[in-house]
Parts: sequence; structure tokens; C-alpha cells
Amino acid sequence: MSVDYISNLAMVTSAALYLLALIAYAAKWASGRALLTEGMKPSRAQVDADEKARFGLDLWGRIGIALACLGLATHLVGVIGRGIAANRAPWGNMYEFITSALVAVVALFVYLAIAKGADWLGLPVMLLAALGQGLAVTVFYVAVGPLVPALHSVFFVVHILAAITAAGAFNIGAIAAILYLLKARAEKRGPVKGYLAKLPSAEVLDRFSYRATLFGFPIWTFTIAAGAVWAQYAWGRFWGWDPKETWSFITWVVYAGYLHARLTAGWKGRRAAIVAIIGVATFWFNFVGINLLVSGLHSYGKG
Amino acid sequence: MARENRPSNGPAELAPALGPVATLRWLWTQLTSMKTALWLLFALAVAAMPGSFLPQRPVNPVKVSDYIKANPGVGPWLDRLGFFDVFAAPWFGAIYVLLFVSLVGCIVPRIWVYLRELRNPPPAVPASLAKLTGYRTGVVTQSPAEVLDAAAASLKAKGFRVRREADAVSGDKGFLRELGNLVFHLALVIVLCGLGWNALASFRGTSIIVEGGSFSNTLTQYDEFTSGAAFRPSSLTPFSFRLDSFDVKFTPKGAPSVFDAKVTTDGATKNLEVNSPLTFGNTEVHLLGNGYAPVVKVLDGNGNVAFSGPAVFLPQDGMFTSAGTIKAQDGRPERLAFDGLFLPTVVPGSLAFVSSFPDALNPQLLVGIWHGPPKVETGTPENIYTLDTTGLTKVTDADGKTVRARLNVGDTFAIPGGGSISFTGWQRWAKVQVSTNPGLWIVGIGFVLALAGIACSLLVRPRRAFVRVGAVEGGTSVQLGGIDRVDGRPAVDAELATLASAVGISSETLATTEGDPA
Repeated sequence: MSVDYISNLAMVTSAALYLLALIAYAAKWASGRALLTEGMKPSRAQVDADEKARFGLDLWGRIGIALACLGLATHLVGVIGRGIAANRAPWGNMYEFITSALVAVVALFVYLAIAKGADWLGLPVMLLAALGQGLAVTVFYVAVGPLVPALHSVFFVVHILAAITAAGAFNIGAIAAILYLLKARAEKRGPVKGYLAKLPSAEVLDRFSYRATLFGFPIWTFTIAAGAVWAQYAWGRFWGWDPKETWSFITWVVYAGYLHARLTAGWKGRRAAIVAIIGVATFWFNFVGINLLVSGLHSYGKG
Repeated sequence: MARENRPSNGPAELAPALGPVATLRWLWTQLTSMKTALWLLFALAVAAMPGSFLPQRPVNPVKVSDYIKANPGVGPWLDRLGFFDVFAAPWFGAIYVLLFVSLVGCIVPRIWVYLRELRNPPPAVPASLAKLTGYRTGVVTQSPAEVLDAAAASLKAKGFRVRREADAVSGDKGFLRELGNLVFHLALVIVLCGLGWNALASFRGTSIIVEGGSFSNTLTQYDEFTSGAAFRPSSLTPFSFRLDSFDVKFTPKGAPSVFDAKVTTDGATKNLEVNSPLTFGNTEVHLLGNGYAPVVKVLDGNGNVAFSGPAVFLPQDGMFTSAGTIKAQDGRPERLAFDGLFLPTVVPGSLAFVSSFPDALNPQLLVGIWHGPPKVETGTPENIYTLDTTGLTKVTDADGKTVRARLNVGDTFAIPGGGSISFTGWQRWAKVQVSTNPGLWIVGIGFVLALAGIACSLLVRPRRAFVRVGAVEGGTSVQLGGIDRVDGRPAVDAELATLASAVGISSETLATTEGDPA
């Protein structure tokens, strides 16, 4: 069994584990339906149902986080194994970038869930992880190969590590922004029922999303700066409006817009959250869409 | 891009029916409002998008003309509207100029506010400390003056500015936050200035050098050359180098794995690789591309050498199927010309017209042959990569069929009607880019300041702390209050705990109130 094979096996396993974790979190979400709402005068049956629901929430939550941790562990084996098999940092093509970025997302989630009690992120994060890993191992997979000479640089590690970290923060921020929109809409309609009631308040979700994005923004700024320095070394120009450069600029501008929107009357809350979601969409478009649709200097993505 | 939305004077939608000065002021207020800045940011993001989907003239002019040919309807309109050079288009420029005017208009007044705040002493102690985010009380045995001394010393030690009143002490800190925010925004202006200066004063040229060939830095040596308005050809740094060898390797799947050019300059041998450019003063030489130059020898009808040496062919696909021309202008009695394909790898026995591998494993040269009467030298520069066939006719065999030659290395083909072409070997060529970036240091400073600024503005948390004392029976009553001025961060507890222990309030006597999250 080669390291290469172990890495591939671990990647596929992690996709399956994330899928199972997703199912567990979905079960948790479903069992929240019978929860009592504040101010309700419950019948005996409703109280029983509530008790059962609490038990289910707790049980499925534990199963979910356990599966997510297991998935993260195998996922890490996959990424590290890939690096050992290729004898370099495993970020040379789209398959490697997506799997590494998802490690950052899941690791950030596991940290937040365990240390900060943010296990309410479970369902959407596992949805993203299962989908992303699933696509990575099926659609984007390429066999281990050496780097093209343009990537032989220390900036390869610095630039992409920063991009991956920013990816983790922006994704978590956007997921919290989506949950914020759901929760804020529910709160507007009256007492919140079911699983949404177990989410933190809209205000807390909004602040959570803001902090995650705020963490990502300077790192993204740094990613662009490091990329520019590298471009100066490799291509003799630090900025040339290559499609990937253009979209990293677009992402930066959208997030700059987000930070300002939160300080602008009429933009706080709903509109700012939508901007954060658009921001992460431009980010993913840059890393998937641009590689597939447009050719440019960053076109080593296809492997 | 002010930190807070400006208070609007009345409904903003209605332009006030005032004189020109007031109207200008109203326009200025609108432009520098955060809402306008926000829309300008979004406009900038949207305006940048076509630049990644449509071919751009500065990157690839050929693709642009192909696109216009393929789309005769919209193509010319897109061209007129600047969509093939988005980042130099007036509408793109208008957005970022407005954005930067708005930014400066917001930042400059904030600098004065900031300086005033720095000069002013810490704020007076508020009437009621209990309303603050963090609040504690206690009773201690020390005298009020002793308590205030201890509090002031503790605050100073933690970096607070301190103001002493008769029965109270107030302190504030965290001024780096706003400073960082201001520096970040001003750094963006510096980056823009650097980019502007770079566009004005820089040049960029490319040149193709065959192994064994040399380059010296004069305008005539460049194949392509672009420069900014402030560039002077006399400012070209004088240097020259020789390309001794150029090593290119590919993986078995055909991906490049090594590009290594050895060059000699001033007697010293240096390596030129993709990520390690050569530097001559302020000028950098980068390795941008590579290709093949078949080495051929052409004899004319009189049996004299009419051409000998490498002819640069340009790669057409990822497998380095390369196209080019060979011109034997001096051939007599007739001149000869060839247009052809160089295929670095042909599967033996196949009659392919495309290469099947990028490395030169089994190269073949395919040429079409032209002949014609000698041409009068006009001195007009000619494109070496395309064949101008005016005055030339295709060479045909006895049956009147067009002749094409397929040559392996070492082959010689006798041209019907006289002369021959020999394919003696091949060499690699390197495409180098020579450029200066005189604005780079400005952009670099801007980026460093921007990163430092944003780090300060995100990490530093402005805080205020207050202590009020009052004499009670058997000692001094102490009230501690604190606020964290960052939105949504009520964590002043740690600060107050330090202060509490400094003034001698033990944890048992503490009365802590939970502030509501700001």
C-alpha cells in the first residue's frame, strides 16, 4: 500500500464520514421540531415530546461532532499523505487546494464547536464538507505529480497557506450569515419554533459572522500582497489583471464593502449578511469557476 | 468612508434649492458619505468582472481581434466602450477615482478629530458608573487618596492615560485602533500613487534568444516593447548577456518540470529560472517562455549557402507543435522561402501534423517550399514568423503537385528546380522579459502600512476605566466602571479585576453587575 493510495482512501473515507455527520446533524435538526416554545402552555404529551426532543438533540449532536472529528482526522491523513506522496506542500492543483481549504473549514468548525459551543454550525458546515470532499474525490481528482516550475517558490507555501486560512474564515462567516438570515426572518415573524430556536439569537449570529469575516479579511489582504510579491519574482510584474488576480481583487472589494456596510445605516444586518454571502461566492468562483472557465497565468489548477 | 454614517440634514434625496456653493457642499457631503462609498465599492467589483471574461488587449491583442472577428455584432461596440482594456477604460477609472476622492474626503476630517482627541485629556468621570458595561463596588480600609493613587498607578502601568479629579480617576487607552484605521486607508492611497507612478515610468519588453545567442539592452533588441509616458529610452540600464544553454525537462505526462537557463554576463555564469530573475541595477530579466528553433541549412540553385542557422518557431499547442518560416532572401538565381511546422515528437512511422510530446524525442520538420525572383531590398521590417508570399510561387514537382518535405534530423531534401534544404538539428530558445518597476517600492510601503494598519485597527480595543471614591464609616467606598468602545465586546472584566486588586477590593466584597452586551 503506497502513501498515495492511503491518502486517496483517507480522502474518500472522510467524504463518507462527513456525509454521516451531515445525516446526524440533520437528525438533530429534525428532533428539534417538538421542542416547546417559550410562553406555551404545554399539554402532558407536549412535555413528553419536548423531553424526547431534548434527548434526541443531545444524542444526535454528540454523534455529529464525533463523526465530524473522525472525518477531520482521516481528512488530515489524506492531505498530509498527499504531501508526503508528492514530496511537497499538497497545494499544487485544484484537487489539493479544495481538500486543504476544507480541512481549514472543518478544523475551524471543530474548534468553534468544542471551545465556543458553536455546534449549531454543524449542519451547514458538514453539508459544505461532504459536498466539497465528494466533488474533490470524484470530479477534481488528479494523480500525484510534481509542481510546474512556476510554483517552485517559498511563496507557494506562504501565499496558499494564507489563502486556505482565509477560506476557512470566510466560509464559516458566510454560513453564520446564512443562519443569521434564517433566524432573523423567523424572529420577525414571532416566537421562534423548532430547531431555529436552538440557534443563538440573530444578534449573536450576526456578530459571529462578523468576527469570522473580520479574521479572514486581513489574511486575505496578506494573501493578495504575498501573491503580488511572488508575481514580481515569477513574472516580472506584481499585478497584471490575470483572471485570478482580478477575482481575488473582486473578493477583497466585496468584503471591504461588507465591513463598511456593517457601519452604514440601512445596511446593517440583512443587507450586510447578503454581502458576506456574495463575498464567499466570489471566493469560490475564483477557485473553481476561473480555473475551469478562463485560461490565465494561474491555469495550473487543472492538474 | 467615515466610520459612522454622517447625520443627514433633512431628507437626502432632495437637492436643496440653494446657491452654487451650497449645492457643491451638498454634493461633497453625498460623495463622502458611507453609502456612496459602499455603492462605489460594489460598482468597482462589478466593473472588474468583464476584465476576466473578455480577452484583454494588453494581455493578448490577438485574442481580442479574434473575438471581434467572431462577434461582428457586439465586438466593435464592446471595443468602443473599452471592454477589451477594462482596467484602462474611462468608466473603470472614474469609479476608482471617485472612490479615492470619497476616501480622502472622509479620512482627512477624521485625522483632525483624532488629533484633537489625542490632545484632550481623558474624559471626565460620568455621573453614574453603574450604567457602564462593567461595574463593581467595594469597601476598603485605605484612605480615598491612597485608593486613587493606587488606581492611577495601576492604570498607568497598563498603558492608560490618566486624569485625576478630586474624588475620582479616569483613564483611556487604545488610540492605536483609530490610528490603524486611518493608516490603512491612507496606505491604500499610497498604493494607488505607486501604481500610477509605475504605469508612467516603467517599461516592459520581451525578446526571444536562441541558445548561444546574446541580448543587449537596447530598444532594437526587443520583439515587443511597451512603456509609460514618463519613460525615457536613455534611461535603459546598459547590460548584455549570452544564453549559454537552456535546459528544459518534462514529466512523462508532458508537464514541464525544469526550466533552467545558464547565462553569462560580464564573465560570470548565472542561472535564470522561472522564480529567480536576473537583476541589473533597477532592471529585472525574467524567463517567460520557451520553444524550439530548428537548425537548417539552405543551398540555393547555384549551390551557395543561402541560409544557415536556427529559425525561431513559435509553439502552437501544449505539445509544442511549432510554426515558423525560413527565408533565404539571398538565394540566386531565385530566392527561396519555407513555411513549416516543427514537431518535437512524432511517433515513428506516423505522418502526423501535430506533436505528441513537448520534449524533442523524435523531431521532424515539415516545410512547404516557395520560390521567386530576387526581391529588391526596401528596408521595410518584415515579420519573421509569417511569410509574405507576394512574388513567390509554390515549388511543384514534375507532375505539377505541390512539394512538401518531411525531414528527420540529418535529412537533406533536394528541391525540384534547384537547391536543397537540410535539417541539421534543433536548439531551444528562451523568451525573456526585461522590465523595470519604479513604483514598486511605493506600492510595497503602501502594502506594509496597510497590513500594519489593519492589524492595529482589528486587534487594539479602545477602553475607558473609571474609579470613584467616597468616605464611609471605617474606610472608603470604591466604585469601578469600565467600557470597551468596540462594538459588541463587553469584556472589560479582566481590566476591572486588575484594577480591583490594585485598590485592594477582595473578591469576596465584590458586587459585579453583568452589563448587557453592547
